[in-house]
Amino acid sequence: MPEEFAISGPDNMLLNMGPQHPSTHGVIRFVLDTDGEVVTKATPVVGYLHRGIEKIATEMTYAQFMPITDRLDYVASMCGNLAWCEAVERMAGIEIPRRAQFLRVIATELNRISSHLVAVGSFCNDVGGVTPLVVALREREAINDLLEMLSGARLTYNYMRLGGVSRDMTDQFKRQTLEFLDHFPPALDEFNRLITGNKIFVERLANIAVVTPEDAKAYGLNGPNLRGSGIEFDLRRNEPYAVYPELDFKVCTGEGFRGQLGDAYDRYMVRINEMYESIKIVRQCLEMVPDGEIKGKVPRVLKVPAGERYTRTESARGEMGIYIVSNGGKTPYRVRVRTSSYSALSIFEKLSRGLMIADLVVVIGSFDIVAPEIDR
Amino acid sequence: MTPEEIYRHTLEKIPAETLGELAADAAQPWVTVAPDQLIEVLTVLRDDPALDFDCLDCLTATDFLDDGQIEMVYHLWSYTHEHLFVVKVRVGRDDPAVPSVSELWPAAEWYEREEYDMFGVRFTGHPNLTRLFLPDEWEGYPMRLDWKEKETALGIPTTRPDPLVPKKDGETGGAADA
Repeated sequence: MPEEFAISGPDNMLLNMGPQHPSTHGVIRFVLDTDGEVVTKATPVVGYLHRGIEKIATEMTYAQFMPITDRLDYVASMCGNLAWCEAVERMAGIEIPRRAQFLRVIATELNRISSHLVAVGSFCNDVGGVTPLVVALREREAINDLLEMLSGARLTYNYMRLGGVSRDMTDQFKRQTLEFLDHFPPALDEFNRLITGNKIFVERLANIAVVTPEDAKAYGLNGPNLRGSGIEFDLRRNEPYAVYPELDFKVCTGEGFRGQLGDAYDRYMVRINEMYESIKIVRQCLEMVPDGEIKGKVPRVLKVPAGERYTRTESARGEMGIYIVSNGGKTPYRVRVRTSSYSALSIFEKLSRGLMIADLVVVIGSFDIVAPEIDR
Repeated sequence: MTPEEIYRHTLEKIPAETLGELAADAAQPWVTVAPDQLIEVLTVLRDDPALDFDCLDCLTATDFLDDGQIEMVYHLWSYTHEHLFVVKVRVGRDDPAVPSVSELWPAAEWYEREEYDMFGVRFTGHPNLTRLFLPDEWEGYPMRLDWKEKETALGIPTTRPDPLVPKKDGETGGAADA
């Protein structure tokens, strides 16, 4: 037993949670040092899904890496696609047709809704409410159908291409998406009536795992986890890319809805509110999308000029930062992917001290961790 | 502030020979500092109210095999002023050692463990410098460019015969015979 897992008192017990545990949201292990039901310390152990994606990236061309980005965060793989496209296109100076820009945003925002549905649904499931998960997955199914119509795949889409997207949207896609936009907000209201205001649910979440704004910044939390602590920062607004500057949407933050600012309930509410905003974005995009090309001119053998750049985009879980060092060749010299689940897990040890074991599940669920994004 | 303004502002606090030149023609300009002055420079960048880099957004390493050096890159971000600045440190590949910045930003704790895991960079002063992703018994640092995959890893072979290639000497087995 490594020294770092030594128990802190004679009456304490060491407990392994995971790597195969339904509420760890993937293959992660937590080593708990417990005193009865109280956790003295919880150490996350990661790496079970390490595939060396950063190494793989340096051995293939920029275009070939696109399907691999699906496997970073498989719940929201459009966001991984977009992050890689933005990173490479900004370095190589590729122009993207306007229609493709809108299609990208439509796909990403639909995917953001489906990802948040998985997040809140499985969160409810973790704390004991199975019905909300089924309701959330029912709605997600409709988005899966839409994205299948658009990209041909239901999970790992591989939809975007450097310089544009792979397929144009059909009239049927547009019609069914509009139908979905009409259908979804009432369905989400129903979901809220079902669980969001539920007394048991609120009491399980409120005042648990409070992250102060200072801690959130210092530990590098981002996305809904950062906004849950009341910091109004969204890369779509603050460092705009694609067509986001032209769109009207609100940045949702935690306000201490039912407990303290920055608790698990705030993070949950940020995700719920963001889904309404994403609906607004998709609707605007469908109105504004112009006709035209869907793929710009990109050389068959793309060589990115020598240099380096760190590009950040807002994925469903938060910031996805891609750092590329190029030496002017066909393959990148170094790629680094910085993901949000990774920093969320690094604050975990600090937050877990003194919690009950059952509340630990709330902490994991409230951060919406996806394991392959951590391990890469 | 733009990186040029941040650089000029930092020069008021830190002598030019410590801070080094700004690589101003890059898309995201950076400064390269010596390892033993890293903490001093980063502390000023974090604590100066006009700069206020309250977030270490990304910490990573790049192996420059031809130069015999490993480069650490610190992407600093300020939520207050919404500006980005890049600081770099270069160390020799043979025994790379860089002071840990986990005292300044706790986010660095995991980043540094990862870079230790993948590049073998020792972060002096780190509270718990152990491997993050790979097993503790792993040998070598796989993100280094001269790293070669061994025939076995932790007792498990890393290659296996291709089932589509028929075996020699008329042996049976594999999908090709099916």
